[in-house]
Amino acid sequence: MLRLEPRPQPSTAWSYASPLLALAITVVIGVVLFSVLGKDPVRGLQVFFWEPIKNGYALSELMVKATPLMIIALGLALCFRSNVWNIGAEGQFVIGAIFAAGVALMVDRSWGWLAVPAVLVAGVFGGMVWAGITALLRDRFNANEILVSLMLVYVAIQVLNYVVFGPWKDPMGFNMPQTPTFDRAARIPRLFEGLRVNIGVLISLAGVALMWLFMFRTYAGYGQQVGGLAPAAARYAGFSSRRALWVALLVSGGAAGLAGALEVAGPIGQLTPHVPVGYGFAAIIVAFVGRLHPVGIVFSAILMSMFYIGGELAQSRLGLPKSINGVFQGLLLFTLLACDTLIQYRVVLGRRRS
Amino acid sequence: MEVFFLNVATSLNAGTVLAIAALGLLLNEKAGIVNLGAEGMMLCAALAGFATVVHTGSGLAGLAAGMVAGAVLAGIFGLLVIWLNTNQYATGLALSLFGVGFSAFAGVSYTRENLSSKMVSTPSIWADVPVIGPGLARLDGMVWVGLAIMAGMIWFFYRTRAGLVLRSVGENPDSAHALGYPVRRIRWLAVVAGGSLCGLAGAYLSTVYTPLWTEGMTAGRGWIALALTTFATWRPARVLLGAYLFGAVTMMQFYLQGRGVQVSAELLSSLPYLATVIVLVLISRNPVWIRTNMPASIGKPFYPGS
Repeated sequence: MLRLEPRPQPSTAWSYASPLLALAITVVIGVVLFSVLGKDPVRGLQVFFWEPIKNGYALSELMVKATPLMIIALGLALCFRSNVWNIGAEGQFVIGAIFAAGVALMVDRSWGWLAVPAVLVAGVFGGMVWAGITALLRDRFNANEILVSLMLVYVAIQVLNYVVFGPWKDPMGFNMPQTPTFDRAARIPRLFEGLRVNIGVLISLAGVALMWLFMFRTYAGYGQQVGGLAPAAARYAGFSSRRALWVALLVSGGAAGLAGALEVAGPIGQLTPHVPVGYGFAAIIVAFVGRLHPVGIVFSAILMSMFYIGGELAQSRLGLPKSINGVFQGLLLFTLLACDTLIQYRVVLGRRRS
Repeated sequence: MEVFFLNVATSLNAGTVLAIAALGLLLNEKAGIVNLGAEGMMLCAALAGFATVVHTGSGLAGLAAGMVAGAVLAGIFGLLVIWLNTNQYATGLALSLFGVGFSAFAGVSYTRENLSSKMVSTPSIWADVPVIGPGLARLDGMVWVGLAIMAGMIWFFYRTRAGLVLRSVGENPDSAHALGYPVRRIRWLAVVAGGSLCGLAGAYLSTVYTPLWTEGMTAGRGWIALALTTFATWRPARVLLGAYLFGAVTMMQFYLQGRGVQVSAELLSSLPYLATVIVLVLISRNPVWIRTNMPASIGKPFYPGS
């Protein structure tokens, strides 16, 4: 009989291998799923793992989707390491997008180079405000941050609907629920002519470096994580758990808001009800699959972006609903959590010796 | 007056969806397990129930299918968190994300189906009673099922030996283990039973309450149900009352819109979510009260023999 035996020390090898094993299992399940649905599994794998990287245009699209995932997941990684469960990044993303749009709608040519930084700062601020509500209610009233942050996602989407159906609706937009497109000066500069990928990629990579420095090379970042690993030790060492809560939520909210600003002033170019596409939730998976490590998140964000693009291609090429992407995302997190057992335990054949 | 009782009836119907799910989650939490996957289980169960009714025409089979779907998903969740000691929050989230994605994927072909032609509605015997008659006729049968589940749960928790063992597992798994109770098996059974109740709530939503299937149709009800167990300080009767209160809040938007009150539609749609936040704030501000009522081992993994 198989049983689990605790390892004397957590296995470093398995902490790297576990996401790969989880991905392998997810792919196997995907192949089975394609076969059951009567689709060619080779074609299915091609759509998910080859088409998104086959040429420059595809790679640009891959990075367009990986950028928001990466930025949001960086903030969430800090949150989860601090044992703060912010699962409302989607709402912070939306409010960040709304704040950014508010500034972008005021921008005209006279703003010059200041326009883009102003839009981004507004997005960060919006995300911080929205996450700050959760932090305040947790800190002041002990309200569970999981439920509060999630409820605020639904409220944020209603706020978005209010502004695009109401005060900010484009008067020249044939009554469509959307704002006018932003002035060129407010649009995020692109990296290459003809490709949608923009400087958001550089910002996200800078974010990776900053988060790595904060987590592993600063005293504040260390104190932040001790609270997550050993609350009692953190109290004894004098690390404030209230501070950790506020830092975690404001950083992750600000990151999600930044992603919202980059999205709305980048690929989309106007505020519409279709701004939220689940990046805030997918980023939770990105953070875990990337081992809550900034460098790991780069890879997992690209992987998750492949799922997004693969889902869209599966719809147009294979006639499958694009929500198949959500199935794979959920499966990946599920299998990852199961595989992570191998970090703490080893599988042993035979009965327990006693 | 008749209108008032009609509103009460629709509020009770809306509240029953939340009540049944929240009672299921209460059963989990009494055994020490938090299942954040409620939303995912309810969605998959809603689809399973709906699809079953479309193919068989039987409402009861639909509800049963929903319960099975909820139980299966909860069973997998239970295996992970109870035997593999995965983090309960992360695993529950995974279940919710998977459930949202899977139900959207598998349910695409059902979005245009309509159940009203397949279900036979029998005229209620109450319809002719004056004043309260129309209200009673509007009540779904599931309201009584919800009441029965609550009564059964009170009896089980506080009047049976098995209920006492379940609560002791939730309060102090190490002591329960030392006394020889199979802590993991008990927790797993509680998780599966709780999941089947979440499934029942989801199937009720899609086959009776709306009755149609749309992507993400639970609209956060699973999460509100999770908040309800805290709101009720883990007491079955208060769970039911809290759920009815939320049912009334949900119906208020339609009521106010019908009255032509000048409030933005978006604010009205936000009401259930804002109410959840407000209620959580009000109930959680006294940490002592929460701590004394909360099952002590909630959210913590149990390692036998450590």
